[in-house]
Amino acid sequence: MFEEIGTTAEGDLVINMGPQHPATHGVLHLLITLNGETIKKVEPHLGYIHRSIEKMCESLTYRQFIYVTSRMDYLSAHINNHCCALCVEKGLQIEIPSRAQVIRILVDELTRIASHELWWGAMAMDLGAFTPFFYAFRERETINDIMEETSGARLTMNYIVPGGVMADIHPNFQKRVKSFIQLFKSKVDEYDELVTGNVIFQGRMKGVGVLSKEDAISYGCTGPAARGSGVNCDIRKLYPYEIYNTLEFDEILETAGDSFARYMVRIREMKQSIRIIEQLIDNIPEGDFQAKTKAVLKLPKGEFYQRVETARGELGVYIISEGGTTPYRIKFRSPGFSNLSALDHIARAGKIGDLVATMGTLDLVIPDIDR
Amino acid sequence: MFIIDYIKEVYSAVKSLLKGMKLTGYYFTHHKEIITQQYPEVKQTLPERFRGEVVMLHDENNEHACTGCTACELACPNATIKIITKFDVSPEGKKKKALDTFVYHLELCTMCNLCIEACPTDAIKMAQTFEHSVFDRSLLTKKLNKPGSKIREGVE
Ligand code: SF4
Ligand code: SF4
Repeated sequence: MFEEIGTTAEGDLVINMGPQHPATHGVLHLLITLNGETIKKVEPHLGYIHRSIEKMCESLTYRQFIYVTSRMDYLSAHINNHCCALCVEKGLQIEIPSRAQVIRILVDELTRIASHELWWGAMAMDLGAFTPFFYAFRERETINDIMEETSGARLTMNYIVPGGVMADIHPNFQKRVKSFIQLFKSKVDEYDELVTGNVIFQGRMKGVGVLSKEDAISYGCTGPAARGSGVNCDIRKLYPYEIYNTLEFDEILETAGDSFARYMVRIREMKQSIRIIEQLIDNIPEGDFQAKTKAVLKLPKGEFYQRVETARGELGVYIISEGGTTPYRIKFRSPGFSNLSALDHIARAGKIGDLVATMGTLDLVIPDIDR
Repeated sequence: MFIIDYIKEVYSAVKSLLKGMKLTGYYFTHHKEIITQQYPEVKQTLPERFRGEVVMLHDENNEHACTGCTACELACPNATIKIITKFDVSPEGKKKKALDTFVYHLELCTMCNLCIEACPTDAIKMAQTFEHSVFDRSLLTKKLNKPGSKIREGVE
Protein backbone atom coordinates (compact mmCIF):
# COMPACT_ATOMS: atom_id res chain seq x y z
CA MET A 1 0.00 0.00 0.00
CA PHE A 2 1.27 3.47 -0.78
CA GLU A 3 1.39 5.89 2.07
CA GLU A 4 -1.01 8.76 1.95
CA ILE A 5 -0.07 12.39 2.08
CA GLY A 6 -0.48 13.72 5.61
CA THR A 7 0.57 12.46 8.99
CA THR A 8 1.13 8.81 9.84
CA ALA A 9 0.09 7.09 13.07
CA GLU A 10 3.59 7.64 14.49
CA GLY A 11 3.33 11.33 13.84
CA ASP A 12 5.60 11.37 10.78
CA LEU A 13 4.91 13.71 7.95
CA VAL A 14 4.43 12.28 4.46
CA ILE A 15 5.05 14.75 1.65
CA ASN A 16 5.25 14.75 -2.12
CA MET A 17 8.21 15.76 -4.17
CA GLY A 18 7.32 15.92 -7.82
CA PRO A 19 6.16 14.79 -10.29
CA GLN A 20 6.45 18.44 -11.29
CA HIS A 21 9.49 19.55 -9.38
CA PRO A 22 12.42 21.45 -10.89
CA ALA A 23 15.04 19.47 -8.99
CA THR A 24 13.91 16.03 -10.16
CA HIS A 25 14.81 16.99 -13.75
CA GLY A 26 11.82 15.17 -15.09
CA VAL A 27 8.59 13.65 -13.99
CA LEU A 28 9.74 11.65 -11.01
CA HIS A 29 7.46 11.43 -8.02
CA LEU A 30 9.02 10.89 -4.60
CA LEU A 31 6.91 10.20 -1.54
CA ILE A 32 8.99 11.22 1.43
CA THR A 33 8.30 10.26 5.03
CA LEU A 34 9.80 12.79 7.39
CA ASN A 35 10.44 12.88 11.07
CA GLY A 36 11.08 16.56 11.58
CA GLU A 37 13.76 17.26 8.99
CA THR A 38 15.12 13.74 8.98
CA ILE A 39 14.17 11.44 6.15
CA LYS A 40 12.69 8.12 7.24
CA LYS A 41 11.79 6.79 3.86
CA VAL A 42 11.88 7.79 0.19
CA GLU A 43 9.50 6.00 -2.10
CA PRO A 44 9.95 6.73 -5.83
CA HIS A 45 6.79 6.39 -7.90
CA LEU A 46 7.42 5.79 -11.55
CA GLY A 47 5.46 5.66 -14.73
CA TYR A 48 4.77 9.30 -15.50
CA ILE A 49 6.79 9.17 -18.68
CA HIS A 50 6.35 5.54 -19.60
CA ARG A 51 6.06 5.21 -23.36
CA SER A 52 6.37 1.42 -23.59
CA ILE A 53 9.47 1.67 -25.72
CA GLU A 54 10.17 -2.05 -25.32
CA LYS A 55 6.75 -2.96 -26.70
CA MET A 56 7.09 -0.38 -29.47
CA CYS A 57 10.37 -1.93 -30.55
CA GLU A 58 8.64 -5.25 -31.16
CA SER A 59 6.79 -3.78 -34.11
CA LEU A 60 9.81 -2.00 -35.60
CA THR A 61 12.46 -3.54 -37.82
CA TYR A 62 16.07 -3.87 -36.73
CA ARG A 63 16.92 -0.72 -38.63
CA GLN A 64 14.04 1.27 -37.23
CA PHE A 65 14.13 0.39 -33.54
CA ILE A 66 17.52 2.00 -32.98
CA TYR A 67 16.21 5.55 -33.24
CA VAL A 68 13.63 4.95 -30.47
CA THR A 69 16.34 4.23 -27.94
CA SER A 70 17.57 7.81 -28.30
CA ARG A 71 14.46 8.72 -26.37
CA MET A 72 15.43 6.66 -23.35
CA ASP A 73 18.52 8.27 -21.96
CA TYR A 74 18.44 11.26 -24.25
CA LEU A 75 21.70 12.63 -22.87
CA SER A 76 23.62 9.60 -24.05
CA ALA A 77 21.44 8.99 -27.07
CA HIS A 78 24.35 8.02 -29.24
CA ILE A 79 25.61 5.44 -26.77
CA ASN A 80 22.16 3.87 -26.53
CA ASN A 81 22.05 3.61 -30.32
CA HIS A 82 25.51 2.13 -30.24
CA CYS A 83 24.43 -0.61 -27.87
CA CYS A 84 21.46 -1.58 -30.03
CA ALA A 85 23.53 -1.59 -33.18
CA LEU A 86 26.17 -3.78 -31.52
CA CYS A 87 23.51 -6.24 -30.43
CA VAL A 88 22.04 -6.46 -33.93
CA GLU A 89 25.52 -6.83 -35.41
CA LYS A 90 26.20 -9.66 -32.99
CA GLY A 91 23.19 -11.45 -34.38
CA LEU A 92 24.07 -10.73 -37.99
CA GLN A 93 27.74 -11.54 -37.40
CA ILE A 94 29.00 -8.76 -39.61
CA GLU A 95 32.39 -7.16 -39.47
CA ILE A 96 32.41 -3.43 -38.86
CA PRO A 97 34.96 -1.35 -40.79
CA SER A 98 37.59 0.05 -38.46
CA ARG A 99 36.84 3.59 -39.57
CA ALA A 100 33.26 3.19 -38.39
CA GLN A 101 34.45 1.79 -35.06
CA VAL A 102 36.68 4.76 -34.41
CA ILE A 103 34.01 7.27 -35.40
CA ARG A 104 31.53 5.55 -33.12
CA ILE A 105 33.87 5.72 -30.16
CA LEU A 106 34.78 9.34 -30.83
CA VAL A 107 31.14 10.35 -30.85
CA ASP A 108 30.50 8.14 -27.80
CA GLU A 109 33.10 9.96 -25.79
CA LEU A 110 31.94 13.37 -26.98
CA THR A 111 28.45 12.38 -25.88
CA ARG A 112 29.78 11.33 -22.50
CA ILE A 113 31.47 14.69 -22.01
CA ALA A 114 28.34 16.55 -23.11
CA SER A 115 26.25 14.51 -20.71
CA HIS A 116 28.60 15.09 -17.78
CA GLU A 117 28.73 18.80 -18.60
CA LEU A 118 24.98 19.06 -18.43
CA TRP A 119 24.94 17.07 -15.21
CA TRP A 120 27.58 19.35 -13.72
CA GLY A 121 25.61 22.48 -14.53
CA ALA A 122 22.33 21.02 -13.33
CA MET A 123 23.95 19.63 -10.21
CA ALA A 124 25.34 23.02 -9.25
CA MET A 125 21.96 24.56 -9.95
CA ASP A 126 20.33 22.05 -7.63
CA LEU A 127 22.58 23.38 -4.91
CA GLY A 128 21.64 26.95 -5.68
CA ALA A 129 24.53 28.07 -7.88
CA PHE A 130 23.17 29.37 -11.13
CA THR A 131 26.30 30.52 -12.97
CA PRO A 132 27.89 27.08 -13.53
CA PHE A 133 24.86 26.10 -15.57
CA PHE A 134 25.74 28.68 -18.21
CA TYR A 135 29.40 27.75 -18.22
CA ALA A 136 28.60 24.08 -18.65
CA PHE A 137 26.21 24.80 -21.48
CA ARG A 138 28.76 26.98 -23.21
CA GLU A 139 31.14 24.05 -23.67
CA ARG A 140 28.35 21.59 -24.28
CA GLU A 141 27.12 23.78 -27.09
CA THR A 142 30.43 23.29 -28.90
CA ILE A 143 29.94 19.53 -28.78
CA ASN A 144 26.36 19.85 -29.96
CA ASP A 145 27.53 21.95 -32.88
CA ILE A 146 30.08 19.31 -33.84
CA MET A 147 27.38 16.63 -33.68
CA GLU A 148 24.98 18.76 -35.66
CA GLU A 149 27.50 19.21 -38.42
CA THR A 150 28.37 15.55 -38.67
CA SER A 151 25.10 13.78 -37.97
CA GLY A 152 22.48 16.44 -38.61
CA ALA A 153 20.95 16.52 -35.16
CA ARG A 154 22.06 17.85 -31.82
CA LEU A 155 20.74 15.43 -29.25
CA THR A 156 18.80 12.49 -30.63
CA MET A 157 21.20 11.90 -33.44
CA ASN A 158 20.39 8.46 -34.83
CA TYR A 159 23.85 8.48 -36.37
CA ILE A 160 24.44 4.76 -36.00
CA VAL A 161 23.06 2.13 -38.32
CA PRO A 162 23.73 -1.61 -38.11
CA GLY A 163 27.02 -2.04 -39.90
CA GLY A 164 28.59 1.31 -39.21
CA VAL A 165 27.55 4.93 -39.11
CA MET A 166 25.01 6.69 -41.29
CA ALA A 167 27.36 9.17 -42.93
CA ASP A 168 31.04 9.86 -42.97
CA ILE A 169 32.36 12.49 -40.58
CA HIS A 170 32.11 16.06 -41.74
CA PRO A 171 35.37 17.44 -43.22
CA ASN A 172 35.51 19.91 -40.33
CA PHE A 173 35.07 17.23 -37.68
CA GLN A 174 38.70 16.63 -36.78
CA LYS A 175 39.57 20.32 -36.76
CA ARG A 176 36.64 21.23 -34.57
CA VAL A 177 37.14 18.38 -32.13
CA LYS A 178 40.76 19.39 -31.72
CA SER A 179 39.82 22.96 -30.98
CA PHE A 180 37.21 21.65 -28.55
CA ILE A 181 39.88 19.67 -26.72
CA GLN A 182 41.94 22.85 -26.36
CA LEU A 183 38.92 24.78 -25.16
CA PHE A 184 37.83 22.11 -22.73
CA LYS A 185 41.26 21.73 -21.18
CA SER A 186 41.36 25.41 -20.38
CA LYS A 187 37.82 25.43 -19.03
CA VAL A 188 37.78 22.33 -16.88
CA ASP A 189 40.04 24.02 -14.36
CA GLU A 190 37.51 26.82 -14.18
CA TYR A 191 34.98 24.25 -13.03
CA ASP A 192 37.17 23.38 -10.10
CA GLU A 193 37.70 27.04 -9.32
CA LEU A 194 34.03 27.84 -9.48
CA VAL A 195 32.45 24.83 -7.81
CA THR A 196 34.71 22.00 -6.69
CA GLY A 197 36.94 24.15 -4.52
CA ASN A 198 34.05 26.02 -2.99
CA VAL A 199 33.89 25.37 0.73
CA ILE A 200 30.12 25.62 0.93
CA PHE A 201 29.78 23.15 -1.91
CA GLN A 202 32.17 20.72 -0.27
CA GLY A 203 30.40 21.10 3.02
CA ARG A 204 27.14 20.08 1.41
CA MET A 205 28.63 17.16 -0.48
CA LYS A 206 31.21 15.52 1.75
CA GLY A 207 29.91 12.79 4.01
CA VAL A 208 26.40 13.16 2.60
CA GLY A 209 24.50 10.33 0.95
CA VAL A 210 27.05 7.63 1.66
CA LEU A 211 26.70 4.45 -0.36
CA SER A 212 28.96 1.62 0.73
CA LYS A 213 30.65 -0.67 -1.74
CA GLU A 214 28.54 -3.68 -0.70
CA ASP A 215 25.31 -1.74 -1.02
CA ALA A 216 26.31 -0.36 -4.40
CA ILE A 217 26.78 -3.92 -5.63
CA SER A 218 23.63 -5.30 -4.02
CA TYR A 219 21.46 -2.51 -5.43
CA GLY A 220 22.94 -3.10 -8.85
CA CYS A 221 24.31 0.42 -9.17
CA THR A 222 26.58 0.99 -12.11
CA GLY A 223 28.45 3.86 -13.67
CA PRO A 224 29.83 6.82 -11.75
CA ALA A 225 27.32 6.22 -8.96
CA ALA A 226 28.95 2.88 -8.16
CA ARG A 227 32.51 3.90 -9.02
CA GLY A 228 32.22 6.61 -6.39
CA SER A 229 31.94 3.74 -3.90
CA GLY A 230 34.95 1.91 -5.32
CA VAL A 231 33.17 -0.71 -7.42
CA ASN A 232 34.99 -1.75 -10.58
CA CYS A 233 32.19 -1.62 -13.08
CA ASP A 234 33.39 0.18 -16.18
CA ILE A 235 32.08 -1.97 -19.04
CA ARG A 236 34.66 -0.40 -21.32
CA LYS A 237 37.33 -2.09 -19.20
CA LEU A 238 35.55 -5.24 -18.05
CA TYR A 239 33.85 -6.27 -21.29
CA PRO A 240 35.51 -4.14 -23.95
CA TYR A 241 33.50 -3.60 -27.09
CA GLU A 242 34.66 -2.12 -30.39
CA ILE A 243 38.29 -1.11 -29.90
CA TYR A 244 38.22 0.01 -26.29
CA ASN A 245 40.72 -2.71 -25.33
CA THR A 246 43.38 -1.04 -27.46
CA LEU A 247 42.92 2.38 -25.90
CA GLU A 248 44.67 3.83 -22.93
CA PHE A 249 42.44 5.26 -20.26
CA ASP A 250 41.87 4.80 -16.57
CA GLU A 251 38.82 3.55 -14.82
CA ILE A 252 38.08 6.28 -12.30
CA LEU A 253 37.50 5.00 -8.79
CA GLU A 254 36.80 6.92 -5.61
CA THR A 255 36.40 5.16 -2.32
CA ALA A 256 34.50 7.54 -0.07
CA GLY A 257 31.09 6.65 -1.51
CA ASP A 258 29.58 10.02 -0.62
CA SER A 259 28.10 12.65 -2.90
CA PHE A 260 31.45 14.33 -3.35
CA ALA A 261 33.09 11.10 -4.50
CA ARG A 262 30.44 10.59 -7.15
CA TYR A 263 30.91 14.19 -8.20
CA MET A 264 34.67 13.76 -8.54
CA VAL A 265 34.28 10.56 -10.55
CA ARG A 266 32.38 12.43 -13.24
CA ILE A 267 34.74 15.38 -13.30
CA ARG A 268 37.71 13.06 -13.66
CA GLU A 269 35.91 10.90 -16.20
CA MET A 270 35.54 13.86 -18.52
CA LYS A 271 39.32 14.19 -18.59
CA GLN A 272 39.65 10.49 -19.40
CA SER A 273 37.21 10.90 -22.28
CA ILE A 274 39.39 13.71 -23.58
CA ARG A 275 42.33 11.33 -23.34
CA ILE A 276 40.51 8.74 -25.46
CA ILE A 277 39.53 11.35 -28.03
CA GLU A 278 43.11 12.60 -28.24
CA GLN A 279 44.34 9.10 -29.01
CA LEU A 280 41.86 8.61 -31.81
CA ILE A 281 41.31 11.96 -33.43
CA ASP A 282 44.47 11.88 -35.53
CA ASN A 283 44.27 8.16 -36.17
CA ILE A 284 40.95 7.71 -37.90
CA PRO A 285 41.67 4.90 -40.36
CA GLU A 286 40.75 5.33 -44.00
CA GLY A 287 38.10 3.13 -45.50
CA ASP A 288 34.38 2.61 -45.50
CA PHE A 289 32.19 4.05 -42.83
CA GLN A 290 29.55 1.37 -43.29
CA ALA A 291 29.68 -2.33 -43.95
CA LYS A 292 27.55 -3.70 -46.73
CA THR A 293 24.33 -4.96 -45.26
CA LYS A 294 21.14 -6.30 -46.76
CA ALA A 295 18.27 -3.87 -47.20
CA VAL A 296 16.08 -6.01 -44.93
CA LEU A 297 17.83 -7.26 -41.83
CA LYS A 298 16.85 -10.62 -40.40
CA LEU A 299 18.38 -11.87 -37.19
CA PRO A 300 18.77 -15.63 -36.81
CA LYS A 301 16.61 -17.35 -34.22
CA GLY A 302 18.12 -16.93 -30.81
CA GLU A 303 18.92 -14.55 -27.99
CA PHE A 304 21.45 -11.74 -28.10
CA TYR A 305 22.75 -9.54 -25.34
CA GLN A 306 25.06 -6.58 -25.46
CA ARG A 307 26.11 -4.10 -22.83
CA VAL A 308 27.85 -0.78 -23.06
CA GLU A 309 28.90 1.92 -20.66
CA THR A 310 26.70 4.97 -21.07
CA ALA A 311 27.28 8.22 -19.22
CA ARG A 312 25.12 6.84 -16.40
CA GLY A 313 26.27 3.26 -16.18
CA GLU A 314 25.63 -0.08 -17.74
CA LEU A 315 23.05 -0.28 -20.47
CA GLY A 316 22.06 -3.75 -21.60
CA VAL A 317 20.06 -4.64 -24.67
CA TYR A 318 18.54 -8.09 -24.83
CA ILE A 319 16.96 -9.21 -28.06
CA ILE A 320 15.01 -12.40 -28.59
CA SER A 321 14.62 -13.17 -32.26
CA GLU A 322 12.32 -15.65 -33.90
CA GLY A 323 14.15 -15.26 -37.16
CA GLY A 324 11.92 -12.52 -38.54
CA THR A 325 12.49 -8.91 -39.46
CA THR A 326 11.28 -7.59 -36.12
CA PRO A 327 12.41 -8.63 -32.66
CA TYR A 328 10.15 -11.00 -30.74
CA ARG A 329 11.02 -9.31 -27.47
CA ILE A 330 13.39 -6.55 -26.43
CA LYS A 331 14.47 -5.80 -22.91
CA PHE A 332 16.57 -2.83 -21.87
CA ARG A 333 18.57 -2.88 -18.69
CA SER A 334 18.79 0.81 -17.99
CA PRO A 335 21.33 2.24 -15.58
CA GLY A 336 19.04 4.90 -14.13
CA PHE A 337 16.53 2.41 -12.78
CA SER A 338 19.03 0.52 -10.63
CA ASN A 339 20.73 3.70 -9.49
CA LEU A 340 17.40 5.14 -8.41
CA SER A 341 16.66 2.04 -6.33
CA ALA A 342 19.58 2.95 -4.07
CA LEU A 343 18.15 6.42 -3.40
CA ASP A 344 15.96 5.29 -0.50
CA HIS A 345 18.91 3.60 1.15
CA ILE A 346 21.34 6.50 0.88
CA ALA A 347 18.87 9.26 1.69
CA ARG A 348 17.55 7.58 4.84
CA ALA A 349 18.55 9.23 8.09
CA GLY A 350 19.79 12.22 6.12
CA LYS A 351 18.23 15.65 6.08
CA ILE A 352 15.60 16.64 3.56
CA GLY A 353 17.78 19.55 2.50
CA ASP A 354 20.41 17.11 1.29
CA LEU A 355 18.03 14.97 -0.71
CA VAL A 356 18.28 17.11 -3.83
CA ALA A 357 22.07 17.06 -3.75
CA THR A 358 22.11 13.30 -3.26
CA MET A 359 19.70 12.79 -6.10
CA GLY A 360 21.76 15.10 -8.27
CA THR A 361 24.88 13.00 -7.82
CA LEU A 362 23.02 9.88 -8.95
CA ASP A 363 22.48 11.72 -12.25
CA LEU A 364 18.99 10.44 -12.91
CA VAL A 365 17.42 10.81 -16.33
CA ILE A 366 13.77 10.00 -15.85
CA PRO A 367 12.87 8.81 -19.38
CA ASP A 368 15.65 6.28 -18.98
CA ILE A 369 14.06 4.95 -15.80
CA ASP A 370 10.53 4.73 -17.14
CA ARG A 371 11.25 3.94 -20.79
CA MET B 1 41.15 27.02 19.68
CA PHE B 2 37.62 26.57 18.51
CA ILE B 3 37.32 30.25 17.70
CA ILE B 4 40.51 30.22 15.62
CA ASP B 5 39.36 27.19 13.63
CA TYR B 6 36.04 28.85 13.08
CA ILE B 7 37.60 32.06 11.81
CA LYS B 8 39.94 30.06 9.57
CA GLU B 9 36.98 28.23 8.11
CA VAL B 10 35.09 31.44 7.46
CA TYR B 11 38.16 32.93 5.86
CA SER B 12 38.67 30.00 3.48
CA ALA B 13 34.97 29.97 2.62
CA VAL B 14 35.02 33.65 1.73
CA LYS B 15 38.22 33.13 -0.24
CA SER B 16 36.75 30.29 -2.31
CA LEU B 17 33.62 32.34 -2.92
CA LEU B 18 35.66 35.30 -4.11
CA LYS B 19 37.62 33.02 -6.39
CA GLY B 20 34.39 31.98 -8.05
CA MET B 21 33.19 35.58 -8.19
CA LYS B 22 36.44 36.59 -9.87
CA LEU B 23 35.75 34.17 -12.69
CA THR B 24 32.20 35.42 -13.03
CA GLY B 25 33.51 38.97 -13.06
CA TYR B 26 36.00 38.11 -15.76
CA TYR B 27 33.32 36.89 -18.12
CA PHE B 28 31.10 39.82 -17.22
CA THR B 29 33.72 42.28 -18.41
CA HIS B 30 35.08 40.31 -21.40
CA HIS B 31 32.46 40.64 -24.06
CA LYS B 32 34.11 38.53 -26.71
CA GLU B 33 32.97 35.49 -24.80
CA ILE B 34 29.30 36.35 -25.11
CA ILE B 35 27.63 33.66 -27.16
CA THR B 36 23.97 34.64 -27.12
CA GLN B 37 22.48 34.85 -30.60
CA GLN B 38 20.09 37.64 -31.48
CA TYR B 39 17.38 35.41 -32.87
CA PRO B 40 15.14 36.20 -34.82
CA GLU B 41 16.93 39.33 -36.06
CA VAL B 42 20.11 37.39 -36.77
CA LYS B 43 19.59 33.89 -38.02
CA GLN B 44 22.25 31.26 -37.89
CA THR B 45 23.04 29.33 -41.03
CA LEU B 46 22.61 25.69 -40.24
CA PRO B 47 25.02 22.99 -41.43
CA GLU B 48 24.05 21.28 -44.67
CA ARG B 49 23.37 17.98 -42.91
CA PHE B 50 20.92 19.51 -40.46
CA ARG B 51 17.63 17.63 -40.40
CA GLY B 52 14.80 20.09 -40.54
CA GLU B 53 12.13 18.49 -42.69
CA VAL B 54 11.89 16.11 -45.60
CA VAL B 55 11.58 17.80 -48.99
CA MET B 56 11.50 16.47 -52.51
CA LEU B 57 14.03 17.77 -54.99
CA HIS B 58 12.67 19.30 -58.17
CA ASP B 59 14.76 20.60 -61.04
CA GLU B 60 14.02 23.63 -63.22
CA ASN B 61 11.70 21.59 -65.48
CA ASN B 62 9.57 20.72 -62.44
CA GLU B 63 10.76 17.15 -62.57
CA HIS B 64 11.64 14.91 -59.65
CA ALA B 65 13.34 11.55 -59.27
CA CYS B 66 10.69 9.70 -57.29
CA THR B 67 9.53 6.46 -58.84
CA GLY B 68 6.89 5.79 -56.23
CA CYS B 69 8.68 2.66 -55.03
CA THR B 70 7.52 3.17 -51.38
CA ALA B 71 10.94 2.25 -49.98
CA CYS B 72 10.85 5.39 -47.85
CA GLU B 73 7.35 4.61 -46.61
CA LEU B 74 8.50 1.18 -45.48
CA ALA B 75 11.65 2.56 -43.86
CA CYS B 76 9.82 5.14 -41.80
CA PRO B 77 9.21 4.02 -38.22
CA ASN B 78 6.35 6.45 -37.60
CA ALA B 79 4.16 6.10 -40.69
CA THR B 80 5.04 9.67 -41.54
CA ILE B 81 5.09 9.07 -45.28
CA LYS B 82 2.25 7.89 -47.44
CA ILE B 83 2.93 7.27 -51.12
CA ILE B 84 -0.07 7.32 -53.40
CA THR B 85 0.70 5.88 -56.81
CA LYS B 86 -1.10 6.01 -60.13
CA PHE B 87 -0.59 4.42 -63.52
CA ASP B 88 0.90 6.55 -66.27
CA VAL B 89 0.08 5.48 -69.79
CA SER B 90 2.98 6.02 -72.14
CA PRO B 91 2.45 7.06 -75.81
CA GLU B 92 3.02 3.44 -76.80
CA GLY B 93 0.11 2.50 -74.59
CA LYS B 94 2.22 0.85 -71.89
CA LYS B 95 1.10 1.24 -68.30
CA LYS B 96 3.73 2.33 -65.80
CA LYS B 97 3.50 2.87 -62.04
CA ALA B 98 4.29 6.44 -61.05
CA LEU B 99 3.99 8.75 -58.09
CA ASP B 100 0.69 10.52 -57.66
CA THR B 101 1.04 12.16 -54.24
CA PHE B 102 3.82 12.09 -51.68
CA VAL B 103 2.07 12.79 -48.39
CA TYR B 104 4.34 13.85 -45.56
CA HIS B 105 3.12 14.35 -42.01
CA LEU B 106 5.60 16.74 -40.50
CA GLU B 107 3.96 16.45 -37.08
CA LEU B 108 4.82 12.73 -36.95
CA CYS B 109 8.35 13.00 -38.23
CA THR B 110 11.25 12.47 -35.84
CA MET B 111 13.93 13.52 -38.34
CA CYS B 112 15.63 10.17 -38.13
CA ASN B 113 16.90 10.28 -41.73
CA LEU B 114 15.97 6.65 -42.41
CA CYS B 115 13.76 7.52 -45.39
CA ILE B 116 16.53 9.50 -47.03
CA GLU B 117 18.88 6.57 -46.55
CA ALA B 118 16.36 4.17 -48.03
CA CYS B 119 15.54 6.10 -51.19
CA PRO B 120 17.27 4.40 -54.13
CA THR B 121 17.06 7.44 -56.43
CA ASP B 122 17.89 10.23 -53.95
CA ALA B 123 14.58 11.89 -54.71
CA ILE B 124 14.16 13.29 -51.20
CA LYS B 125 16.46 15.10 -48.84
CA MET B 126 16.50 16.95 -45.54
CA ALA B 127 15.98 20.70 -45.66
CA GLN B 128 17.63 23.09 -43.21
CA THR B 129 14.44 24.75 -42.04
CA PHE B 130 13.36 24.77 -38.45
CA GLU B 131 10.58 27.32 -38.01
CA HIS B 132 7.73 24.89 -38.35
CA SER B 133 5.14 26.34 -35.99
CA VAL B 134 1.68 26.89 -37.48
CA PHE B 135 -1.72 27.68 -36.00
CA ASP B 136 -3.53 24.72 -37.51
CA ARG B 137 -2.28 21.18 -37.26
CA SER B 138 -3.62 20.26 -40.67
CA LEU B 139 -1.07 22.62 -42.24
CA LEU B 140 1.64 20.21 -41.14
CA THR B 141 0.42 17.56 -43.56
CA LYS B 142 2.26 18.36 -46.74
CA LYS B 143 2.28 17.22 -50.31
CA LEU B 144 5.92 17.06 -51.30
CA ASN B 145 5.71 16.64 -55.07
CA LYS B 146 4.91 19.99 -56.66
CA PRO B 147 1.68 20.31 -58.67
CA GLY B 148 2.19 19.32 -62.29
CA SER B 149 5.57 17.76 -61.61
CA LYS B 150 6.56 14.50 -63.23
CA ILE B 151 9.36 12.02 -63.04
CA ARG B 152 12.62 12.90 -64.75
CA GLU B 153 13.44 11.00 -67.92
CA GLY B 154 15.68 8.04 -67.41
CA VAL B 155 15.12 7.55 -63.69
CA GLU B 156 14.14 3.97 -62.99
S1 SF4 C 1 12.92 11.33 -41.16
FE1 SF4 C 1 12.34 9.42 -40.16
S2 SF4 C 1 10.36 9.85 -39.23
FE2 SF4 C 1 10.74 11.47 -40.73
S3 SF4 C 1 9.75 10.76 -42.60
FE3 SF4 C 1 11.88 10.10 -42.69
S4 SF4 C 1 11.89 8.03 -41.86
FE4 SF4 C 1 9.96 8.98 -41.24
S1 SF4 D 1 11.06 9.16 -52.43
FE1 SF4 D 1 12.53 7.59 -53.03
S2 SF4 D 1 12.05 5.85 -51.71
FE2 SF4 D 1 10.32 7.23 -51.58
S3 SF4 D 1 8.89 6.46 -53.14
FE3 SF4 D 1 10.12 8.04 -54.11
S4 SF4 D 1 11.81 6.94 -55.06
FE4 SF4 D 1 10.89 5.53 -53.58
